[in-house]
Amino acid sequence: MTTDPQGHNRPPAVEIKGGSVTLPIVRLRSTDMMTVAAQLRRSVERAPEFFRRAPVVIDVSALPDEAEINLAYLLGQLQQMGMIPVALRGGGPALRELAAAQRLALLADAPVPETRVTETSSPPPPPSPPPPSKAMLVTQPVRSGQRIYARGSDLVVLAAVGYGAEIMADGHIHVYGTLRGRALAGVHGDKGCRIFCRDLQAELVSIAGHYRISEDLDEAVRGRTVQVYMRDTALIIEAF
Amino acid sequence: MARIIVVTSGKGGVGKTTTAASLAMGLALRGNRTAVIDFDVGLRNLDLIMGCERRVVYDFVNVINQEAHLRQALIRDKRCEDLYILPASQTRDKEALTKEGVGRVLEEMSEEFDYVICDSPAGIEKGAFLAMYYADDAIVVSNPEVSSVRDADRMIGILSSKSRRAELGEEPIKEHLLLTRYDPKRVERGEMLSVDDVLEILALPLLGVIPESQAVLNASNEGIPVILDEKSNAGQAYRDAVARYLGEDLPQRFIRPERKGLIGRLFGG
Repeated sequence: MTTDPQGHNRPPAVEIKGGSVTLPIVRLRSTDMMTVAAQLRRSVERAPEFFRRAPVVIDVSALPDEAEINLAYLLGQLQQMGMIPVALRGGGPALRELAAAQRLALLADAPVPETRVTETSSPPPPPSPPPPSKAMLVTQPVRSGQRIYARGSDLVVLAAVGYGAEIMADGHIHVYGTLRGRALAGVHGDKGCRIFCRDLQAELVSIAGHYRISEDLDEAVRGRTVQVYMRDTALIIEAF
Repeated sequence: MARIIVVTSGKGGVGKTTTAASLAMGLALRGNRTAVIDFDVGLRNLDLIMGCERRVVYDFVNVINQEAHLRQALIRDKRCEDLYILPASQTRDKEALTKEGVGRVLEEMSEEFDYVICDSPAGIEKGAFLAMYYADDAIVVSNPEVSSVRDADRMIGILSSKSRRAELGEEPIKEHLLLTRYDPKRVERGEMLSVDDVLEILALPLLGVIPESQAVLNASNEGIPVILDEKSNAGQAYRDAVARYLGEDLPQRFIRPERKGLIGRLFGG
């Protein structure tokens, strides 16, 4: 006679574990159930075995919450095509109540929000032409402590760049004066960018993160008109 | 309406207060009603250089805090009746200065004076910032020496971007360079930057070159602005600088080493 009426000492007959199963998701993009059903039927005809007795999730997160969805009709159609609707994902409170009444599980909205379809689906506006990437032009001397950043374009400086000044560009850098400060070209990683300057006395030059400091500048190029560029992984400084 | 002039440098000890004192005296001697304000709160020396340290009752911070009227704090110079000094507080620090307070005092002074000179402290913090914020003209003082030139460059950048004129998009502050403690012999030996070297880096119009001179220390000991020492080279150079500021076109003196003639070398010192 066992002294275990509750069954605590018996070997487990069932365990509850977390897991994931991949299910086809029927994403509604229109409230026109007739069209939805017609299009679904065409997909099923192309691969009937895939859909036979397949548990499916009905996803309405692409539609606005107040959209009128004839759920009963849809469920009937899906079942006719052999699918087994098991859950509703998304939807407003009214719809979810309906789904619950139909014994569907209720899942939260899809985690990645996709663009909502408006009731009057107008064609998307044509993409605006990209802004012209004219170089940023600086005509005054760049003083010590100042920082200039040419976002998305080249940088042209028509005066000197002082010690302790920092000039940066996503593109090339041209200094038609003495470069005494720091110049960083291709700051977003474009190794094809170059630095051109009239008189190289820079504290630091860099292309896409590859840099050289003043001390390591060859005497042959110091004070000369030079271009700085990458060849493979090497930073080349060449006098004109 | 007064013209507000800031005498600034970035670097300390290059000759701002010496210059502010001589510039103020020079302008006042030409009949302009001139005031000079010491912005170095807590480290005041303008009153010493001007020789009025024994007559300080109220100071700039007292006026900003409305603890005293401007006319109670202004000290009239004994040598020139058109010159007034507003000393700094010695007991407080620069936190006592506020942008609005400084603006109010400068506006009040603008009505009574032709020129208001702001003697800036060293550095780029609050005191130096407020000294230059309301300026119309700036005299950037630098020695012919690398660290002082670099600091001057930094200060010039701040003048062009952080002043009230820059913020309001008005005509920018008119900047001038004043090179001080210049020794032509050392420049010739390559020990010191030349005028051209400094101009190449700073690219500002040159107001003047003040030669290194023992007269500066002597004048400061006496509490006399060196411009009043007419025999000294430094005094004369300051006179030239004031003239140039007022629009006269004078050649730069004292930038070439003196070459003594044979007689001079035989009999001179």
